[in-house]
Amino acid sequence: MINATGEVVLLVQNLTAEVDGTPILKGLNLEVKAGEIHAIMGPNGSGKSTFSKVLAGHPDYTITGGAVIFQGQNLLEMEPQERARSGIFLAFQYPLEIPGVSNIDFLRVAYNSKRKHAGLEELDAFDFDDLVRQKLDVVKMNPDFLSRGVNEGFSGGEKKRNEILQMALLEPKLAILDETDSGLDIDALKIVSGGVNQLATAKNATILITHYQRLLDYIEPDFVHVMEGGRIITTGPKELALELESRGYLWVREEEEERVKVQG
Amino acid sequence: MKNMISMATDRTFAQFLKQCSMPNDGTLLPEAMDYLQALHDRGSAQLHEQSFPTTRDEEWRFTDLKPLQDTTFAPSAKLKLSAAEIRALMLPETHESFMVFVNGQLDCAEISNPPAGLLLSNLGLTFVSGMLLNAPELPIHNYLAKQLGADERFTALNTAGFKDVAIVWVGENTIVDMPIHLLFVAIPGQTPTWSQPRCLIVAEAGSQLTVIEDYITVGDGVHFTNAVTEIWMAENAEVNHTRVQQESQMAFHIGKTAVSQARNSRYTCNTVSTGAKLSRHNLEIHQAEEQTETTLNGLTLIGDEQLADTHSTIAFTKAHGSSRQLHKCIVDDRARAVFNGKVLVPKAAQLTDAGQLSRTLLLSSKARVDTKPQLEIVADNVKCSHGATVSQLDAEEVFYLQSRGLDQTTAQKLLTYAFAAEVINQIPVVSLRDRLAQQVRMQTQD
Ligand SMILES: Nc1ncnc2c1ncn2[C@@H]1O[C@H](COP(=O)(O)OP(=O)(O)O)[C@@H](O)[C@H]1O
Ligand SMILES: [Mg+2]
Repeated sequence: MINATGEVVLLVQNLTAEVDGTPILKGLNLEVKAGEIHAIMGPNGSGKSTFSKVLAGHPDYTITGGAVIFQGQNLLEMEPQERARSGIFLAFQYPLEIPGVSNIDFLRVAYNSKRKHAGLEELDAFDFDDLVRQKLDVVKMNPDFLSRGVNEGFSGGEKKRNEILQMALLEPKLAILDETDSGLDIDALKIVSGGVNQLATAKNATILITHYQRLLDYIEPDFVHVMEGGRIITTGPKELALELESRGYLWVREEEEERVKVQG
Repeated sequence: MKNMISMATDRTFAQFLKQCSMPNDGTLLPEAMDYLQALHDRGSAQLHEQSFPTTRDEEWRFTDLKPLQDTTFAPSAKLKLSAAEIRALMLPETHESFMVFVNGQLDCAEISNPPAGLLLSNLGLTFVSGMLLNAPELPIHNYLAKQLGADERFTALNTAGFKDVAIVWVGENTIVDMPIHLLFVAIPGQTPTWSQPRCLIVAEAGSQLTVIEDYITVGDGVHFTNAVTEIWMAENAEVNHTRVQQESQMAFHIGKTAVSQARNSRYTCNTVSTGAKLSRHNLEIHQAEEQTETTLNGLTLIGDEQLADTHSTIAFTKAHGSSRQLHKCIVDDRARAVFNGKVLVPKAAQLTDAGQLSRTLLLSSKARVDTKPQLEIVADNVKCSHGATVSQLDAEEVFYLQSRGLDQTTAQKLLTYAFAAEVINQIPVVSLRDRLAQQVRMQTQD
């Protein structure tokens, strides 16, 4: 924890959501304060990506109950672009390729939409070029990638680095990284996690979604949550991740069932 | 010679033929006038016993010319643009290498320091002195109206009545560095008018040329453009041709591009069609000899009630020919696009390598496209592929951009532009590319 100020960045209360009538999130609770890094782990299909997309405002998901408060505002009432401009950033599990739009134009339009929202003057192509070149260093990206189409023909690792580059430019209040570590070799993993660590400050917060403990060797979380069946069923310190790695998710589920039985 | 219009000619064509007259700029020698008269008569005769196309014609199934047929046209006037108007229409790269035709007749031209082998001219030879028609040793007779398919109805109509010809002649081994801009301006009148631009490009052996053929409307009013361009490429010639059709939404535009390629020649055509209420482009490539290459990149961008039809034919005849074709349509509102891509590979055209891809982006639920690859392959040892996709904007891509702060319309516009960019980026003249990119962005605005 980097000198947390206690400011609550995100408050999720009893959130339920469905897609095409099928419930996916089934009562999810989470509180994230400034300066914190939260890891959300859990088996495939447990709803992690759904949760991240719901936070970013993906239109496929219908919210059926609960609340999400982001910096005191009702996040669920905001359009995806308003969320982005107010400081939500989702690094996609599968970043999209957009041939025909150059990466640098895309980055500049995104950056300027945020500046405009903040009441600042937009940067012209020259000034933006200077800025983006400084940021390239965060993910050790070759400047050649700026003139290519957005993610066009990028390898899996290059796409993930490009996501972190966008994050470095947009300086979000809350970054949600969905499986940013999957498909990375060890060198790329070091670069990406180095970038994330560099960008984490006392003023912002990070949610890391992963199902490998490996990422947590490089980015140290303050909390580890386990998600299962659309809910967070247990929360613990970073050591929980190690335990999950050796004992598997089934163990958590059994403990949870035990707990429910005792309560009931 | 009005008696050439026989009783058996279709009424609409007869109306048009009646209005056809000879060029009258006074500089042509009597021999030249005789030659042109014979040419006009030939065009007129080719329309003998021809009917006006209807949707019962296989070639015109999706494109109903009834609105054209129902309009009464008069010949367009010989007009001039002001120097300021011309300046505004010029490209920086071609401000010293252009010809402007208004309603099918030369308005002005500029050519500074042309390479020795380049001739830029029109029928009357009003600026580059003394050749072609007035000098029988230059074999224009062998080229004008000599392409295969010259008897096609609208091509024949043009031959029967063109008033002038834009001529670009590139001599043997001449490399023309500067792009040549041929601007065809239509200035409509108070009541509907029509004109017939004509263009002849000859690239002799080993020559290289970049040429832009550009159709626009200045002013308001219904008009009909019936244009024909013939391109002859000798051995090892290279032509990079960009054809832009941006006439007004009140225009009817029917255009033909006929290309004949000799051995080892390389032809590229980038077409961009955004204009006219009803347009048809016939693009016909004849690979006459071995080892020729053809690259066709097409973009149609239409909305409102526009209809834009592209019919292309690549006819292989000998071995080792290759072609790459990409045709893209962006269709909005209630507009309708048509693409028919014929590829003919006869027995003698072994080892042909032909690829065709048609991709359409529909921006509204009322927009529509009729796209049809038509591969007729007889040779057995060939590599031919084709594909067609029709899609809408990808909701995931829109969301991705929104999640980075772009509002929905900006995201949609950017993605639409990206779709078009694949074709626009092929245009070799930067300022034209930028201008078109700008226009695509504007046209996709709500
Ligand atoms: N757009 C969608 N349409 C249909 N089902 C979906 C959609 N998104 C997610 N799901 C379903 O919701 C469940 C949770 O998926 P997801 O959130 O991707 O899980 P995770 O990221 O934890 O692997 C899965 O059963 C998945 O099939
Ligand atoms: Mg997932």
